[in-house]
Amino acid sequence: MLKTSTTDVVPEKNVQAKQRHGFRLTAKDKYFASIFLGPSILILGLFVFYPMFKTLYISMFLTNTLGKTTVYVGFQNYAKLITSPDFISSMWVTFIYVLAVTVLTIALGLLLANLSSQKLPGISIFRTLYSVTMGVSVAVAAIFWLFIFNPSTGFFALLSNWLNLPVVNWLTSPTNAMWAVIITTVWMHLGFTFLILLGAIESVPSTLYEAADVEGASPRYQFFHITIPMISPTLFFVSTITIIDAFKSFGLIDLITKGGPTNATNMLVYRIYKDAFYSGNYAKSSAEAIILTVIIAFFTLLQFKFLEKKVNY
Amino acid sequence: MSTILTNVSKSYDSDKTVLNDVTAEIQTGEFFVIVGPSGCGKSTLLRMIAGLTSISEGEIHIDGQLVNDLPPKDRNLTMVFQSYALFPFLSVWDNVAFGLKARKSTSQSEIEERVNEALKMVNLEELKDRKPRELSGGQRQRVALARAVASDAKICLMDEPLSNLDAQLRIKMRQEIYALQRKLGLTLIYVTHDQVEAMTMADHIMVLHDSQVQQIGTPTEIYKHPANEFVASFFGVPPINLLPATKINDQTIKVNDDFEMSINQQVPESEFQVGIRPNELMLEKVDELTANATVKSVEFLGDEKIVYAKMAHNDLEIAAIVASDAEFKAYDTILVSATEKVLLFNHEGVNITQMEAVVNA
Repeated sequence: MLKTSTTDVVPEKNVQAKQRHGFRLTAKDKYFASIFLGPSILILGLFVFYPMFKTLYISMFLTNTLGKTTVYVGFQNYAKLITSPDFISSMWVTFIYVLAVTVLTIALGLLLANLSSQKLPGISIFRTLYSVTMGVSVAVAAIFWLFIFNPSTGFFALLSNWLNLPVVNWLTSPTNAMWAVIITTVWMHLGFTFLILLGAIESVPSTLYEAADVEGASPRYQFFHITIPMISPTLFFVSTITIIDAFKSFGLIDLITKGGPTNATNMLVYRIYKDAFYSGNYAKSSAEAIILTVIIAFFTLLQFKFLEKKVNY
Repeated sequence: MSTILTNVSKSYDSDKTVLNDVTAEIQTGEFFVIVGPSGCGKSTLLRMIAGLTSISEGEIHIDGQLVNDLPPKDRNLTMVFQSYALFPFLSVWDNVAFGLKARKSTSQSEIEERVNEALKMVNLEELKDRKPRELSGGQRQRVALARAVASDAKICLMDEPLSNLDAQLRIKMRQEIYALQRKLGLTLIYVTHDQVEAMTMADHIMVLHDSQVQQIGTPTEIYKHPANEFVASFFGVPPINLLPATKINDQTIKVNDDFEMSINQQVPESEFQVGIRPNELMLEKVDELTANATVKSVEFLGDEKIVYAKMAHNDLEIAAIVASDAEFKAYDTILVSATEKVLLFNHEGVNITQMEAVVNA
């Protein structure tokens, strides 16, 4: 890029004429552009694009335990994956997890945001409390919830004892472990979702509600016929963000269940990690990574498409 | 069967009064305009009638029923907002139908009939499938009107509905709103800061200033017999000229130490203010020695001219309306005098003119 820019010297007059037409860059422009773009191209290239293409490359080979490619096999790794019951079940687990996390996060976020958009004294205390999880790191949250889930000293166990109910084994039963991970993830996401939705609800012009009040619409009717349509672009935005984030959940799984019990919480990302760094099966794990990338890319594209159309109006 | 406000007050804190002791009776079917400068509490008063703002003191009765604690939807009224309050995600048709659908007490066929009728009345039938953002300001305004019409409420409140429109459209919509009100026999309570809107449309005007009702009356009463200096200067363009005056004898006063004039009533006090409408002033071009004012600027308005002049004493300025062929220009020295049709105000600003005198003048 630098090379072309130094040879591409044009007379002064010509430059102005070209600039007036728009897109032609002068040598100087190109020089500065490359200086500004340089760092990000370097960093993204080294840590994002290179690994990505390398992953794609590895996924078409067999590898030895050191991760070196041995035999070219084309799409056989993919073919094996989509016929493997193990992988299919992992996909299912992931989809259920993502769905539950998204639905619960949005529903709870919307509920809390709607509650705290009421003009009541002291409401800002609740707003702060609801959004406080934004400042908690994954590791801290995981440890914190592990304490809560602990079958002998945890909060849930104590609560069950106190109410004379049987103690739930949160992390040892497959179904419960899934719920434990879902609850923790929802808790982690809630602060952000709440804050974004609160912002959206607050920015709905109050005269719309006043007009509806005068016209005789009930609060419930107003919520579903004014608030929801008015914040639909934001709702769509937070859903996509939550979906993409949930697909990428790793830290919580690693710290709380390690994919267990019996693979019940073995989501795609965790599977990729284990296949590569525990089993040394780099080719398989690369193919899985590419599949995950495609899924996330799909949701990202969906978001771009819809955000352009502003969803409802 | 009317809307009655009795000693209505609004205060947010103990020391911050927004409205003080408003009493008025709004007759069924009349066009009632609440007018005043920004911050006088006129929108607050309207919102209190609508039920969107609580009433601190006093009572509001609508059709004989005390409505102080009644929610807006049970007051059988409709409201047009300054921002129109249209739902951006709904079509024109659905916007108009919103209230009818929300109330759930109207059948589908009746909703359709009433919405179509309302849209027809404001000439929006062809645009019924458009979204608000695809409409011009005037068309949006009409959607808001159609919504009020479709609701079938007998009382319609409007909060500065024309202030977002350009001048020409404002005049057009003014006539449309007036025609609609007459056609439907609506009780229309209309808030504006524009004295021209108030004068042109109202059956009765309430003038609000400093949280207080200054005067309630027909446009003629308000203009001819203003209760005080504020009302006198709020109505009329350019505003009335207020000048200090002293008594010379029973029938003669001296205005601003500049000119003497006789008035056809007993001079009440030794010192007071005299209010002279711009069209009651008479100007004459004279030499410097006899002049009592200097022209500052002249505005040509077609049929007439407005002459702004500085009086010789007290640094006071006046505005006078003269025929458009009168030749005045800046720095002309002039002699100002006035007809007998003047208003007198005491030192508290209260109108002390003997009304018969003015009426007969």
